Amino acid sequence: MTIPVSNPPPKPCRIRCCTVGGCLSANGLAVKQQLETAVTAAGLDDQVTVSGVGCMGLCSQGPLVQTDPAGDLYAKVTPEQAAQIVARIGSGEQGTGNREQGTGNGENLKLRAQDLELSPSPTALSPTLPFFTRQHRIVLENSGLIDPERIEDYIAARGYEALHQSLRDMQPAAVIDVITRSGLRGRGGAGYPTGLKWATVAKMPPGQKYVVCNADEGDPGAYMDRSVLESDPHRVLEGMAIAAYAVGANQGYIYVRGEYPLAISHLQTAIRQAKRHGLLGSQIFDSPFDFRVDLRMGAGAFVCGEETALMASIEGKRGMPRPRPPYPAESGLWGCPTLINNVETFANIAPIIRNGADWFAAIGTAHSKGTKVFSLTGNVQNAGLIEVPMGITLSAIVEAMGQGAPDGAQVKAVQTGGPSGGCVPAVAFDTPVDYESLKELGSIMGSGGMIVMDEHTRMIEVAQFFMEFCMDESCGKCIPCRAGTVQLYQLLTKFKSHQATPADLEQLETLCDMVKHTSLCGLGQAAPNPVLSTLRYFRNEYLAAMVPASHHAQA
Amino acid sequence: MKRHQYRPDALIEVLHTAQELFGHLEPELLLDIAHSLRLPPSQVYGVATFYHFFSLEPKGAHTGVVCMGTACYVKGAAQLLSALEQKAGIQAGETTADRQFSLMTARCLGACGIAPAVVFDDQLEGHQTADTVCDRLHACLSATE
Repeated sequence: MTIPVSNPPPKPCRIRCCTVGGCLSANGLAVKQQLETAVTAAGLDDQVTVSGVGCMGLCSQGPLVQTDPAGDLYAKVTPEQAAQIVARIGSGEQGTGNREQGTGNGENLKLRAQDLELSPSPTALSPTLPFFTRQHRIVLENSGLIDPERIEDYIAARGYEALHQSLRDMQPAAVIDVITRSGLRGRGGAGYPTGLKWATVAKMPPGQKYVVCNADEGDPGAYMDRSVLESDPHRVLEGMAIAAYAVGANQGYIYVRGEYPLAISHLQTAIRQAKRHGLLGSQIFDSPFDFRVDLRMGAGAFVCGEETALMASIEGKRGMPRPRPPYPAESGLWGCPTLINNVETFANIAPIIRNGADWFAAIGTAHSKGTKVFSLTGNVQNAGLIEVPMGITLSAIVEAMGQGAPDGAQVKAVQTGGPSGGCVPAVAFDTPVDYESLKELGSIMGSGGMIVMDEHTRMIEVAQFFMEFCMDESCGKCIPCRAGTVQLYQLLTKFKSHQATPADLEQLETLCDMVKHTSLCGLGQAAPNPVLSTLRYFRNEYLAAMVPASHHAQA
Repeated sequence: MKRHQYRPDALIEVLHTAQELFGHLEPELLLDIAHSLRLPPSQVYGVATFYHFFSLEPKGAHTGVVCMGTACYVKGAAQLLSALEQKAGIQAGETTADRQFSLMTARCLGACGIAPAVVFDDQLEGHQTADTVCDRLHACLSATE
């Protein structure tokens, strides 16, 4: 492949410092600057590079710093500790792997002890933590390794190879065939087979078509897409370009939440660089294929994650959904056939083309192939971003990788799928994580938020919290959602203040059923899910919250 | 400013830029935008009020945004909010009478790994407690005096 890039000769050592997301707000940038200063001060400029990279996963322990080639990972690094990390590289004290168990290295251990007395020594994390070893990184393969603002880094990591391969060796139909055979399903939550969606758009008569990337990650408690966009934006652009080639589109839009300024800035940089290198624009790789990408910023409306509302918003209108069919694949943006996929779906495309459909289909379960990125948050010790193969059990994620709740509390439930999902109780943690199993439990896979709740969490309050969210975010177009969510919220408030009667419980259930089956779009249809799932697994909490029967008798 | 495109579908982009420049969106400004993009004012107003991001009221000199995402909620964001409400003497979504401080809530800032998160004057801070946010509010307000 011939992409003209100018990479300086690699230096033997590299220090990678996370400068996105959580680590950035935990002073990651200052750490990076201090590392650079320390490297210069130690006279190691020709030996060591310092790069700002994307997310390394364990966000609750940030800022994270990792050194190559040793692979030592330091957590909660402060700018003051930068010099110590550099000193360790300089003295050759690295690469011993897990130093905690290292024997016969008394000199160095003593040095560490001294460090401890002077200032808190940088904490090195063991690479054998299940949090890291249980992961299988496809979407996040470059996250934390490459500098997201340098296209050269992405290309060096085999970036844009899949696009080149598609354009040179494959017909659009062959690309779709690979995606179909891989078994990839939409990662936005619903799990619609991606290949089928692409084939539908491709089958529409030639003419103006669009490819849209849904980066309106509205689910509270989920930040996978943000991390992918901040850590590896080119991967998404490459996926979109391959999709556009497969379906015959020449214009793409990325719809990003306005709340993610850094993701927007990294995407803008990535688009500019890709254009300059001839990877976006006209005649990509000297083929007749043209593809342009524009960014569209969201402005804070959860409903815009729904595809028809999202398209309305791209057109500059109020983001209100409309009934389907017609599906966007037939009539989308400005009435043209439009392919909408989620960030994570697009991020899976390049590796599938590169490694083949069979490689991807071998990962995961019978009906859910590949991996899924989850943001493991809430009352859990190791909060952060994980990518695991489909079919892993919830207990493996929460207990092994997340190491349970902090302060010895018992984990009570895991909430998946945001306001459209449900709570899975701890007794069901043996369930494998895939689209079907979670649905059976009354929750959904969703976009990948996984919020752990411990024994102190009151489920009625959780249900009420989500209902308040849906009530606020309802666009108001259809009545079941607009009025139903308000009524549900009021009923839940009654439960919360111990004023509910058995009639209220009955009404709560009837109303949930009604809102679920009569709402126009996914927001309304899924709004009762948190209530239904908590009613199913934690009914005793609702019963306990009712007015004692004796009060009725007296009244 | 509107030179990016005079196309009507750029409305949301234009509103973003306008809010960045002026801090909030005045009715006259909305009218002006409607004229330039050749859109009915009702549609511009409709869009501006539909999205939470756009504000038709001026904000205070300092802002505090408490993330109310699920992860932050589970980690006690509600307590942070009520602490700030008490300290500043205003409700979420309001601005103090002296226009010094606006208190807001956000749906989710995507900083769930470091929940609960609060943004003071565009500076995101994680792992907050009721005490740290009150200190931060105090520091924020005394900085201008």
